[in-house]
Amino acid sequence: MKIQVTDQAGDVHELEGLEGWRAMEVIRDWGLNIKAECGGALSCATCHVYVDKDWMDAVGAPSDEEEDMLDSVGDVRSNSRLSCQILMSDALDGLKLTLAPSAAKD
Amino acid sequence: MSTEITTDVVVIGAGPCGLFAAFELGLLDLKCHFIDILDRPGGQCAELYPEKPIYDIPGFPVVTGQDLTDNLMAQIAPFAPEFHFNRMVNSIEKQEDGSFKLETDADEIFHAKVVVIAAGGGSFQPKRPPVEGIEAFENKSVFYSVRKMDDFRDQDVVIVGGGDSALDWTLNLQPIVRSLTLVHRRDAFKAAPASVNKMKEMVAEGKINFLLGQIGKLDGENGQINHVHLTTDAGDLSVPATRLLPFFGLTMKLGPVADWGLELNDNTIKVDTEKFETSVPGIFAIGDINWYPGKLKLILSGFHEAALMAQAAKKIVSPDERVVFQYTTSSTKLQKKLGVA
Ligand SMILES: Cc1cc2nc3c(=O)[nH]c(=O)nc-3n(C[C@H](O)[C@H](O)[C@H](O)COP(=O)(O)OP(=O)(O)OC[C@H]3O[C@@H](n4cnc5c(N)ncnc54)[C@H](O)[C@@H]3O)c2cc1C
Ligand code: FES
Repeated sequence: MKIQVTDQAGDVHELEGLEGWRAMEVIRDWGLNIKAECGGALSCATCHVYVDKDWMDAVGAPSDEEEDMLDSVGDVRSNSRLSCQILMSDALDGLKLTLAPSAAKD
Repeated sequence: MSTEITTDVVVIGAGPCGLFAAFELGLLDLKCHFIDILDRPGGQCAELYPEKPIYDIPGFPVVTGQDLTDNLMAQIAPFAPEFHFNRMVNSIEKQEDGSFKLETDADEIFHAKVVVIAAGGGSFQPKRPPVEGIEAFENKSVFYSVRKMDDFRDQDVVIVGGGDSALDWTLNLQPIVRSLTLVHRRDAFKAAPASVNKMKEMVAEGKINFLLGQIGKLDGENGQINHVHLTTDAGDLSVPATRLLPFFGLTMKLGPVADWGLELNDNTIKVDTEKFETSVPGIFAIGDINWYPGKLKLILSGFHEAALMAQAAKKIVSPDERVVFQYTTSSTKLQKKLGVA
């Protein structure tokens, strides 16, 4: 299972996605520029990503709690998601994400 | 004029590990003062996950971040530690007599024989919105909190956000400003319903301007903004503004800890595992901020570190006193200190 992640500098990385992991954990494990301060507890929004338009349906819509959390970043777009809320499964093989500027480490 | 405070121990950071340190220090009769940039105790537990359950605190099958904080506060109450919130420790300097001088950004000076750094993942600081060049305007015309209301009098103010801080300051500042625009990315607010209703009334009365959108570029010079550009569903807009208040919540930054001349390992402070002392004798580091081989960033580890640190701190503050190891269950002396005997 692969995911394709474009980082804040525009570099594209092909990462091995693991079933049952969250996209955030895969991105962090790979050492890309993602702060993920709360470790996936939906308490920080520092794992903010943009989902490729073709993958929006497969990923689904954010929960109300996730929408509330997205209020704490200034670069939200219609395809914004918190990557710790995207659970990897076969249905997401090939998923394309872009790291938002607000997800960057200091 | 700066305020000066002298005490046995200053604890930097009122997270769970710092709080428990006050208990261990208190049992040994050491008086402590806390300094924290947040406005309340609890560190990550209170700021990031107050309502989430923690399952690995010994003796509590489950406890929320806020309840753990409240219980720690109750546990240390007999020792009456003093809290100084809303201030950041900027510097620590060793004095000739071996004590330490600490300075905060609130113009206070603390003198202590021992310093305990319990700064966790770093100091909580406002999230900076990803707007190019915003740094040049910060603390001149862009602020992340309101310290002096008068700085906003007769100004064209733009407030961004949809939480309690954004709504509270919209309501508080409206009577004194020249104009006020509230910007939020959607029409739903995560703030007290009463504030949201009041804000909506003010919008209906034309007292404030509400715009759905996000901030983009800032115009201005010499630190003074004059326009804020907004991206809205209806296209890009430019709003006259002399003050901008973005309220996007907090994030942890290592901050000044890195400049205190202590031996570091990445973003953490190296300590020994006997006393949890740093490379500077008399300065200890406990909890998430420290590093030693095998370190686990768990609350449990910080509690253990606090107990050993306190024994070593006692020897520094009272070098001539013999410390006898005692259990709280059986020592009437300890129970008296706790007010239960
Ligand atoms: C979502 C989430 C879930 C977690 N779940 C668990 C769990 O189940 N079990 C567990 O054991 N741990 C858990 N943790 C980790 C746990 O919260 C940390 O280990 C713990 O908070 C560390 O405590 P601390 O006292 O060392 O530091 P912190 O809680 O980080 O507190 C440090 C304090 O120091 C202040 N500070 C820092 N620098 C300065 C300065 N220069 N001036 C003034 N103030 C300063 C900060 O503002 C902060 O209040 C979790 C963490 C998160 C984010
Ligand atoms: S890691 Fe904090 S919200 Fe996703």
